[in-house]
Amino acid sequence: MSPLLDIDRVGMTYVSGTLLARRVVRAVDAVSLRLEAGRPEIVAIIGESGSGKTTLARMILNLAAPTDGTIRFLGTEVATIRSKRARMDFMRQVQPIFQNPFEAFNPLKRLDRYLFMSARRFAGARGAEIDARADRALHQVGLSLAEVKGRFPHELSGGQLQRAAIARALIPAPKLIVADEPVSMVDASLRMSIVNLFRSLRDELQVSIIYITHDLATAYYISDRVLIMQRGQAVESGVARDVLANPQHPYSRLLKESVLSPDDAGKPFVSANI
Amino acid sequence: MSVAPAQAEAAERVLEVANLRAYYRTSYFGVSREVRAVDGVSLHVDRNEIYGLAGESSCGKSTLVKTIVRAIRPPLTIIEGSVRFDLGGRACDLYALDQARLAGLRWRHLSYILQGSMNVLNPVRRVRQSFVDFAFRHVGKPMPQFLRQVENHLARLRLEPAVLDSYPHELSGGMRQRVTIALASVCRPDFIVADEPTTALDVVVQKDVLALLCEVQRQIRSSMILVTHDIGVHANVTDRMGIMYAGRLVEEGRTVEVIRKPRHPYTAHLVTSLPRIGDAEPRKGLEGAPPNLANPPSGCRFHPRCPLAMALCRQQPPPMVDVAAGHRVACWAAAPPGPAVVS
Repeated sequence: MSPLLDIDRVGMTYVSGTLLARRVVRAVDAVSLRLEAGRPEIVAIIGESGSGKTTLARMILNLAAPTDGTIRFLGTEVATIRSKRARMDFMRQVQPIFQNPFEAFNPLKRLDRYLFMSARRFAGARGAEIDARADRALHQVGLSLAEVKGRFPHELSGGQLQRAAIARALIPAPKLIVADEPVSMVDASLRMSIVNLFRSLRDELQVSIIYITHDLATAYYISDRVLIMQRGQAVESGVARDVLANPQHPYSRLLKESVLSPDDAGKPFVSANI
Repeated sequence: MSVAPAQAEAAERVLEVANLRAYYRTSYFGVSREVRAVDGVSLHVDRNEIYGLAGESSCGKSTLVKTIVRAIRPPLTIIEGSVRFDLGGRACDLYALDQARLAGLRWRHLSYILQGSMNVLNPVRRVRQSFVDFAFRHVGKPMPQFLRQVENHLARLRLEPAVLDSYPHELSGGMRQRVTIALASVCRPDFIVADEPTTALDVVVQKDVLALLCEVQRQIRSSMILVTHDIGVHANVTDRMGIMYAGRLVEEGRTVEVIRKPRHPYTAHLVTSLPRIGDAEPRKGLEGAPPNLANPPSGCRFHPRCPLAMALCRQQPPPMVDVAAGHRVACWAAAPPGPAVVS
């Protein structure tokens, strides 16, 4: 099988300061990951703040070029995509979902504008088809165009807005969605409806999803594979259920022990590492 | 933590909130609008107890704690109700005090860790100066002794004295959060209010910060209100907890009982919807959107989203009723109307 996405020992080094006071930060260091075409799956990338998760996502989305290593999407090296046409073609197939839906949309613009623009530019829809495309995508996430049309982002709740963001990403019928902490700003009662939505996207629309999170419980719940990152390096990866049920690397164990579960009610609260 | 020290000794009320109503009232160009963010909340907190407040965003948790510490600003107005503290052995009604007395009380007896408190520290002043600004006047010691006390206190929170000479941007998120906890606890206050103290932190740091917060609370024997929407945090840290929905308290009781045996359908949903590691059976999110507090639903405010809604729920708001010792719930399905309720 040919790979959908092939990340091969990719790295990113940020250099700041002047010649004499240089600071070098190795944000991502030799991370490899392969997603097969024709076999949709959800891969969770887990790690604490500053572990390089978001940098990796930006490189996959071609928002930043890696300093070493390569990322190939369907055989094409992502960093070489430069021309407008090639970029549009790439964006049609790889779509992002960001952490905070309130920041992802301009508060002064109506929400349907983003949906229509995506339908026009990525899906090549014209006339009445624009509305039809937007409506179909919204139905896939449990909304409808009637609910969203003419409304501003502040008129929707965080959960609805995040669904609208997912609907927008679905309009061009992408093969891969990169979701960077999509539920961390959505509170517990709505979180599960978004997480369940990702599962149905995989099963029904055959979309592969890279799910970036620091929430181990939802990663266990929906993902097929996980990649655990610490300080830019992949420290453990494998089948999600196995890795999270029985983590081997000390850092993965620390992450798992730090999860506070409602089942702990009544047990004494101790922190191991202070 | 949940061994409830409150039971071992005579429970002593430190905070008593009675039928508190606080609305955001605005009036522009003759159009007035009223958002009922806190609508009839009564609760109490005992000495040496951690009381948790849970609920989804925009349910009024933060507004409630703001009114409790009297950190309110104009559109927010108190409609009725009272907030009584027992601080430093003296009973006081926070809303009856003048500004000078209130300023003397704050930080010394009552401190408040704000939401996103990582950004509370003044970015152009060193941490040492923030401590001087906030706490020096309350400690009543000469400066060298005061600074020694601050250093000892920071050591208790596992922070180096060098932190005092840093600017906030030089510290990591977890360290800044520990600095704000140190600020809030350096005067050994009787009461600490912490509004989402760990929401911005990742799992590993969150656990450390919570452990420190509890340790400090135990050492200085203060009471605390901890606000967070994360039920996992409540399960580990709080002694008693209250669940808020749309400006009202819907359930309250000992944390173990609320989580193990939830009576209100909303609480039951909050607890069961969370996935756990080692268990991947399908779970559902809550349908519908949180109600608009400018125009809340009639009767029980949860009824449009409630799986157990009956005709009565649409007409009459359910009262808070005791269903077990120290366990109250406001739900017609959990506590049907009858002679017991009327009394």
